[in-house]
Amino acid sequence: MACRQLWASRAASYLRLSLFNRPFSSVVKDLKYCDSHEWVKVDGKSATVGITDHAQDHLGDVVYVELPEVGKSVTQGESFGAVESVKATSDINSPVSGKVVEVNEELNSSPGLVNSSPYKDGWIIKVEVSDSGELNNLMDSEQYSKFCEEDSKH
Amino acid sequence: MAPLMNLVRLRGFPILQQLHLEERMLRTSSANWCIINDGTTSPAIVMGLSGKVAELVEAKSVLRDHIPVIRRFTGGGTVIVDQGTIFVTLICNKDDVSDVQPFPRPIMSWSGQLYGEVFKGLADFHLRENDYVFGDRKFGGNAQSITKHRWVHHTSFLWDYEVKNMSYLKLPTKAPEYRLTRDHTDFVCRMKEYLPRSEFIERTIKAIEAQFSVKSINLESTDIPSSSEFVHTTRLLTEQELLDACTIQT
Repeated sequence: MACRQLWASRAASYLRLSLFNRPFSSVVKDLKYCDSHEWVKVDGKSATVGITDHAQDHLGDVVYVELPEVGKSVTQGESFGAVESVKATSDINSPVSGKVVEVNEELNSSPGLVNSSPYKDGWIIKVEVSDSGELNNLMDSEQYSKFCEEDSKH
Repeated sequence: MAPLMNLVRLRGFPILQQLHLEERMLRTSSANWCIINDGTTSPAIVMGLSGKVAELVEAKSVLRDHIPVIRRFTGGGTVIVDQGTIFVTLICNKDDVSDVQPFPRPIMSWSGQLYGEVFKGLADFHLRENDYVFGDRKFGGNAQSITKHRWVHHTSFLWDYEVKNMSYLKLPTKAPEYRLTRDHTDFVCRMKEYLPRSEFIERTIKAIEAQFSVKSINLESTDIPSSSEFVHTTRLLTEQELLDACTIQT
């Protein structure tokens, strides 16, 4: 048991995952987060956006992702698409402002990637960022983890 | 002090217009709304956001009989609605229902408790998976849409239905587990066998009054932007889309 925990902790460290015992969800260290449970990975002017493990866990099995058109403008904090799970459509809000340059077409045939791989294969859009300063409005992984802990207490 | 809930009571209101109104209320208003529509006009088929018409609807019959097919902005399955359907919609600010996390299952559970109060002492009511049932027979179907600060939970209640209308719908590939292999007539039941229509509506309003301060408003006084100023997700499917579905089905 101790060996398995040590292995898990080393693997988590390698993958830059913060692991908590459930009920807390996983959080990736180098990403930025917003309070509507989306993450963004920024690389210069390019950003990749998805929903967090906390979000996918609370939404349930995703059966459909409504993707925006490439070229659409997105605004920080505003909706750009939706996921369908259980009987609900839930908005996906953009953590950054800019222009959509790519969407994850895989989600059309495999919407469950959002559940199984929220931070990797379940990415949703890529954005050409128009205002890098807006990233200061977002939470880092530690702040987001605390935010989720508080959220779970309600 | 209990949060305010604006109540709009309608009767025979077309379902497409109702769904459009709900979308505008969800996206442009900051108030809480309850809409009760006591029966819509002529029959219409209403699919969830991701519904594929060729999989859900008998396209040839629908085209032949001019049954409108609508894709709504909320999730969930397909229903055929008519004057025997009673609609109850709740549109809430998440902060006004702060003990309910703004995610599908907590909202569904909260609604189950609300309707538990409506049917208390009258029938063997349960929230079963995502349906409202008496015993193991469905009489109410639910769907939701959740935004950053608000959510809508709406229900179509089977007050009464015509068996022939059910034949416009295909058996869905995704069905709740408790349905087992039952066909429509063995799976659903009619609310009218349990309580009078007006009593259901009055009991529903009373249950909402236990959590909110309810104020009745006329549709004309709602102060919601008109249809022309808003791009709705909910829409009527075109004849071409139904013809394409026919082609797939033959």
